[in-house]
Amino acid sequence: MTAQAVVDYLAAQRRLEPELPAPDLPWLMELRDGGVERLRDAGFPSLRDEDWRYTNVQSLLKKPFEMGSIGQCDVDAAFVSSTAIPSLECYRVVVVNGIPIPHLSDVSLVPDGIRVSSLADLLVSDPGRLEPYLGKNLVPDPHGFTAMNSAFLGNGLVVEIAPGQVFDKPLEIIFVASAATESTMAQPRNLVVAGKGSRLQVLARYVAIGAQRTLTNVVTEVIVDADAHLTLYQLQEESKNSFHIGGLFAKLRRGSRFDAFAITLAGGLVRNDLRVDLDGAGAEVNLRGLYLARGRQHIDNHTQIFHNEPDCISHEHYKGVLDDRARAVFHGRIVVQPDAQKTVSEQSNQNLLLSRDAEIDTKPQLEIYADDVKCAHGATVGQLDKEALFYLRSRGIAEEAAKRLLIKAFASDVLLAVSPDSLREHLLTRVETMLTD
Amino acid sequence: MLSISDLMVEVGGKPILKGINLDIAAGEVHAIMGPNGSGKSTLANVLAGREGYDVMRGSVTYGDHDLLALTPEERAREGLFLAFQYPVEIPGVTNVYLIKEAVNAQRKHRGESELDAIDFLKLVRQKLQLVEMKEEFLHRPVNHGFSGGEKKRNEIFQMAMIEPRLAILDETDSGLDIDALKVVASGVNAMRQGDRSILLVTHYQRLLDYIEPDHVHVLADGRFVKSGDKHLARELEEHGYGWLEEQADSGAGQSAA
Repeated sequence: MTAQAVVDYLAAQRRLEPELPAPDLPWLMELRDGGVERLRDAGFPSLRDEDWRYTNVQSLLKKPFEMGSIGQCDVDAAFVSSTAIPSLECYRVVVVNGIPIPHLSDVSLVPDGIRVSSLADLLVSDPGRLEPYLGKNLVPDPHGFTAMNSAFLGNGLVVEIAPGQVFDKPLEIIFVASAATESTMAQPRNLVVAGKGSRLQVLARYVAIGAQRTLTNVVTEVIVDADAHLTLYQLQEESKNSFHIGGLFAKLRRGSRFDAFAITLAGGLVRNDLRVDLDGAGAEVNLRGLYLARGRQHIDNHTQIFHNEPDCISHEHYKGVLDDRARAVFHGRIVVQPDAQKTVSEQSNQNLLLSRDAEIDTKPQLEIYADDVKCAHGATVGQLDKEALFYLRSRGIAEEAAKRLLIKAFASDVLLAVSPDSLREHLLTRVETMLTD
Repeated sequence: MLSISDLMVEVGGKPILKGINLDIAAGEVHAIMGPNGSGKSTLANVLAGREGYDVMRGSVTYGDHDLLALTPEERAREGLFLAFQYPVEIPGVTNVYLIKEAVNAQRKHRGESELDAIDFLKLVRQKLQLVEMKEEFLHRPVNHGFSGGEKKRNEIFQMAMIEPRLAILDETDSGLDIDALKVVASGVNAMRQGDRSILLVTHYQRLLDYIEPDHVHVLADGRFVKSGDKHLARELEEHGYGWLEEQADSGAGQSAA
């Protein structure tokens, strides 16, 4: 089945290739061809791959997806405003099936210091701005899905923050999976370049219209230049029939800071690959994750942090709540290279299992090749605290409400660092509603 | 108010309470004293509805209710309050949130409207004074990082907010220094009014120097071995529990009135 899927997607890529933007650009051809070759050689991952031991993608591969377009787009302004986060002030861009939609975005309101472009446009109009970055963060493509994204590389969103520019208002990007046919896929390729000393918060939301079978195979490359501070909130709330394979690859330069949140509230099968390279002395990364899963949802977070230079800091804190027959995977790998002296690294993964049939496979992994470092990691798996539950009930709070309160309390500390307040409140409310439904 | 009849309780197959009889009338303060392992805390926990206790025989009537048939939250809404021996830390839930939920759960059960924010705050300030707690306590997570004394005061504060009909204080005096003990005791005394009944469970007599009970019962090995008025506590302090166990062995064990 896997082999057939590879054949099908390679054939689809060949048909589509002449229509992709800038088909004759040499470096771009190389990038796409590299994806094709890697997909052909390695295929899609299977349970035999160590990094995919617990995540079975057969249900994703058994029936091919077709590239979505905006011809079939049923996203309108009413939908966009219905998904808006109450009282959150932000600049907004809407991307449907991987294609930025200008008339639903208020790009004109985005200040001069932030350039938001469609990748397809930029590949034609000014590819030189992309060449130094595109594809550079994931050499080689780590697996068949990222390879496929590279092979189909054609559209997505490019965000460039000018050096020294500081913004309080977040940039919101809404990625909508909209399926007119039964199996539609989007493969956006995004690039975020935070110029020296700049500061911005980006909120990337993944939503679906309806509950069709969809695939979002997204790759986002991030460059945080010296002394810049970029915050990226990824909020995944597609449908129970959606597949989401997300790759986030970030490179941090000297003295920069990157805060990334991976918050998964919905989705049938979600796999997030996150790789951060601390490439400059004194860089800092803070990764926070929260996954809530029920039914037969499957959520896999696979993170890697590479301490390549001295004096860098990494904090990683992921939490999960699993009910019913849901399953989650956490694999957190931290590599401290020989030159990365004075590294400070701390990682934790805590899980709450609400049902006997829920399952978590957690694997914190530290590889240290330097001698002067401070590293700690740990993972916990537990049930609701019976003492706390009785305490709340003894105060008159009903059992179900008491459980909800404890689950929310467990989950909420991941969200404490979220700003602005309206976004944090929205997320807390979403967590609570999810538990109430 | 509360009537316990021939109550036998096992924990993990081991008999802990071996036939308890106790009647507490409205407005009365009863103290149960006894050595470690006598079953005092078991009794408090069974009354509040904690899991893990098997009632083998007997009954407990609370007002018109078969108490043992009610869930812990139903008992609480009916006005039963347990001040925990070991108050539980709940990170992520603020004290003020818990108290608001607790107070409103009672009110809702009684068919009253929820307190509005202003009335609630007014009540909170007044009750905080009672236990000499600062307002910042409200916004800290429930018991999280509290000292032993702060935890116990927090229990009394909750009790004052909830205004129960029957308050059970499980070793609220343990681990308190004398100043904290006085604060806790004066908080309890301030609550002592009208129909409210109080059951004090304690190992030591010293709490009873500050909260004067109407009746004192001594529990040993799962049975009441002696009941009396407040003077019994002092007698016990003088002679120690050994004195009673001797009496129990010689067949003087009686059910409490």
